[in-house]
This record gives sequence, C-alpha cells and structure tokens, in this order.
Amino acid sequence: MYVVTILELLLIYALLTLSLNLVVGLAGQVNLGHAAFFGIGAYAGGTLLKAGAPFPVALAAGAAASTALGLVLGAVSLRLRGDYLAIATIGFNFAVVAALLYTPYFGGAYGLSGIPRGLAPSTYLLALLATFGLAVFIHERVQNSESGYAFVALRDSEVAAEALGLNVNRFKLVAFALSTALAGVAGVFYAAYIGTLRPEDFGFPLSVTLMAMLVVGGMGGLWGPILGAFLLGGFAQAFAFVHNYQAVLYGLLLALVMRYRPQGILGRVS
Amino acid sequence: MDLFTLTALLGDGLAVGSIYALTALGLTLVYGLLRVLHVAHAGVYAVGAYAGWWAFQKTGSFGLALGTGAVAGALLGLFLEAWFYRPLLSRPPHVALIGSIGLFLAVGDLLRILFGPYQQSLPALAPAPVVGMLTAPQLVVVGATAVLLLGVYFVVEQTRLGLGWRAMAQDALTAAALGVDLPLMSRLAFLAASLLAGLAGVLVGAYYNQVYPTMGAVLAYKGLAIVVLGGLGNLWGTVAAALLLGLLESLAVAYLGHRFPPEGVAFVALILVLLFRPQGLFSRARR
Repeated sequence: MYVVTILELLLIYALLTLSLNLVVGLAGQVNLGHAAFFGIGAYAGGTLLKAGAPFPVALAAGAAASTALGLVLGAVSLRLRGDYLAIATIGFNFAVVAALLYTPYFGGAYGLSGIPRGLAPSTYLLALLATFGLAVFIHERVQNSESGYAFVALRDSEVAAEALGLNVNRFKLVAFALSTALAGVAGVFYAAYIGTLRPEDFGFPLSVTLMAMLVVGGMGGLWGPILGAFLLGGFAQAFAFVHNYQAVLYGLLLALVMRYRPQGILGRVS
Repeated sequence: MDLFTLTALLGDGLAVGSIYALTALGLTLVYGLLRVLHVAHAGVYAVGAYAGWWAFQKTGSFGLALGTGAVAGALLGLFLEAWFYRPLLSRPPHVALIGSIGLFLAVGDLLRILFGPYQQSLPALAPAPVVGMLTAPQLVVVGATAVLLLGVYFVVEQTRLGLGWRAMAQDALTAAALGVDLPLMSRLAFLAASLLAGLAGVLVGAYYNQVYPTMGAVLAYKGLAIVVLGGLGNLWGTVAAALLLGLLESLAVAYLGHRFPPEGVAFVALILVLLFRPQGLFSRARR
C-alpha cells in the first residue's frame, strides 16, 4: 500500500515539526539540532526492537533516551541566548552524529540494519495515528495552558517574562523535555518504519529540512507545522524527479520564505 | 618524528589555518556590524573557487583566476547584503540565520547542478618543495594571507572606513548619530568579506588542486566554531583561533590518526567554550 507508506512517513515528519514547534515556535528557543533527538530515539528504539523487545518498551526507551539528551541541551539553553544557542544546537547535532558514527555497538558508518517492525502493519498505522493525536493534544494543551502562555511570554521577551515572576528556567526545561520526548517517539516509529539506520540520516541537513517544514508552514500555531510537514514531505514524495534538486529547492524556499514571509504560510505576525 | 616531517606538518597547518582565517575574518566582521551569522559566506567562498577555476581553464593565469574569484565573490556578497541581509535586520536574528543556511545549501547545490558533482582540478601551483619541506602552494597561501591580513589590519586600524566599522560594531545608534553611514559601512563590510572569501576559495582550490560543490560545507560549520572561539566580532581573536585550529588539526591527524571524530571533538569544544567563555578564548569579558 504505497499511499499508506507515504502517509506514515508524513505523519512521522508532522510529529517532528510539532515537537520542534514546542521549543522554537512557542518557547522561542532556536533549535537547529532537532534531528539529533530523532536519531537518538531511533537508535535506542531500533536497538531494542532488534533485540526482540515489544514495541511499547522500545517506544518508552526511545522517548527516555531522547529526553535525557534533551534536558542536557535544555540546560545549555539556560546559559545561552539567540545566536549562541543556535550555534550550540548545530554543534550538538554534529557531536551526536559523530558519537553514533564512532560507537561500534551501533554499527558505525554501516549503521543498524534489520530492525523489525514490532507490530502488524495495521496496528503500526493505528499506533502512529494515535500517537499523532496525542501529540496534537499535548501541543494544544501546552499552547492553551499556563505553561503555554509562559512559553509565549518567554519567546516574545525573556526579560519581561522573568520580570513578571515567571520561572524562565523551569519553562525552558519543560519545553525541551516535551519536545525531545516527542522527537524520540517519532524516532522509534521511524526505526520500525525504515528498518535501517545510519548516523548521517540524522545529521544537520535533516535538522534544516525540519526547520524548513516548520517555517514554511508557519510556526507558533497547530496547523502550520502539520501543513509544512505534509507540504514539503509530500512534495518530495510526489515528485520523485525533484529528488535531484531537493537541496536547492529546500534551500531557496527557506531563504525566500525568510525573506518575504518570515511567519510562514499560516503563521501570524507577532 | 623528525624535523622535516614537523616542518611539513607546520606548513600544512599554517596554510589551512590561513584559509580559515581569510574566511572567518569576513564572518566575524559581518557579525560584529550586523549581528547576523552569515552562513552563506561559505557559499560565496565556493562560488569564488569555481569562478577562479573557470578563469584558470580559460586563460591559464593564476593571477586572473584570483581576480575573477575575488570579483565573483564580491558581487555575490554585495547582492546578498542588499537583497537578503539588510531588509531582515529588523527581524529576530534567527530569521536571517535560518534563511542564510538555506542560501548556503542552495548555492552549493546549484554549483553541483551546473558543474557536476565531481571534483574539478585547478593545477595552478606545482606542489614542489621550495624551502626544506615547505611546498610552493603552502608558501603562496601563507604569503598571500599574510599580505591580505596586513591590508585588513591597515584598513581597520588606520582608515576612516575602519574607524566607521569599529564605531558601528561598538554602538550602531551612537555611530549613526555621529554621522557614520551605516548602510554604506555594512555594504563595504560585505564587499571586503566577500573579496577575501572569493580569494580564499581560489587559493584553497589551487592548494588542494580540487574544486567541488560541497567544498564550503566544512567551512560553513567550522567557520562558526572559529568565530566563536575567537570571540564573535573580535577580528584578531578570530585570526588567532583560525591559525590555531589549522595547526592543531594538522598535528592531531599526524599524531593521533583518525581515531577521534574530529568534528565531534571540535563541536564539543565549541559548546564548552560557549558555556564557560562566551567572549572567546582571547578576549576579556566585555560585559
């Protein structure tokens, strides 16, 4: 079922853009290393699935591993702002890919292959849809909760948020933990989906692609990230011939959107 | 390790460090003035290299190749400044940063589509030893860099333009109130930075005798590490950091081999410096 296969991949992308939106769109912390968390989740979950662990266990492990690392980056974000944080997240992505590459346990450059699905195809799709629903629910809860308002305050002016008595550090850590947990979950689904993982699949270019999806769709809201994931992800799938020109198209699109509509298609002007 | 090998390593390290310095200097100058991370600078460098390669194919003259590379780099840099960076100055900094990464990817991929994914050779400099183990390409690269850096030093420290740059970097609003033409300063900074990047592209193409579409990738990310280590916006700290990194890499590969992931180590070091010495390795805390 070709269509279902594509839909599953797009749902994984949408999980990633939604999770990225929690940190970037809502809390205003630039993260250009999101692919690293996706990768950690995929490797942790993939290793367990290969060892014969049940899918929910792999899912939990992927989320836990990714969150643990996410809290490290969250702690870094407490000390760094703006450009400095952006550079650190890029560095983080390179460091994680290098660590995967140089860990013989994970197969080095050859990666991890022969990962089983762990679930029957229909169950997998249902689980993915349910997870997507959960992600939307979490996203909405966060956006319309006290934390959500705190996130937005943080994004719009960190100094003002702090002056209002918000515990800025706590909300940053919460944002990073939620975001990276979701990315880890997406990683486990991806490992089961694709069967083979290589370190460079989770490198900086993927982080840029995810950022492209988020900014093209429009960050901050719920529909922007989902639209971006389906639009750019679907575009690449629908026009296979585009594959040769994918980097130049993503790159130009990113530059043009930033230049002429920095808030994205569905984003609001703040 | 004998003395000959050591001089060869130092020569290589110094040459690589010189290339880093020429490109990172532009990055840090632009950051100092506009507070944007100009990742597409590495794209300017690759375009300069291709322009130089093209000119060398046509004429066989290394001098013309350098000139063409510098002009192509400068034109691209001026265009990016006017079309992309200046209109985005009022936006949050991540807007320009994300767009800049996009521009960099697009430029590299465009070069691949236009000229093919394979390496092109730029055999302008014969790699013959000249002094001891130092080769002609090493001497040319290091010599050219020394001349260019002296030129930049003169402009920055001794001319009204340099005074304007320094004033704008320190406090743009006050500088404007005192009559410094900020748009002109930013345009000229991009011009100087992109000239240097174009020249660096041709020099590195001749040094390794190869020009290829993704040649900017290493510099795009390593450049970020260098300007951070040097202290963002600190010109001479950046030059020192670039030379240091070039030498360390060359020695590390010789002594340690490829047992360590070089990017991983560089970026872990980068994050540590960001956390504990955000002003860079060489400057005192400013705030």
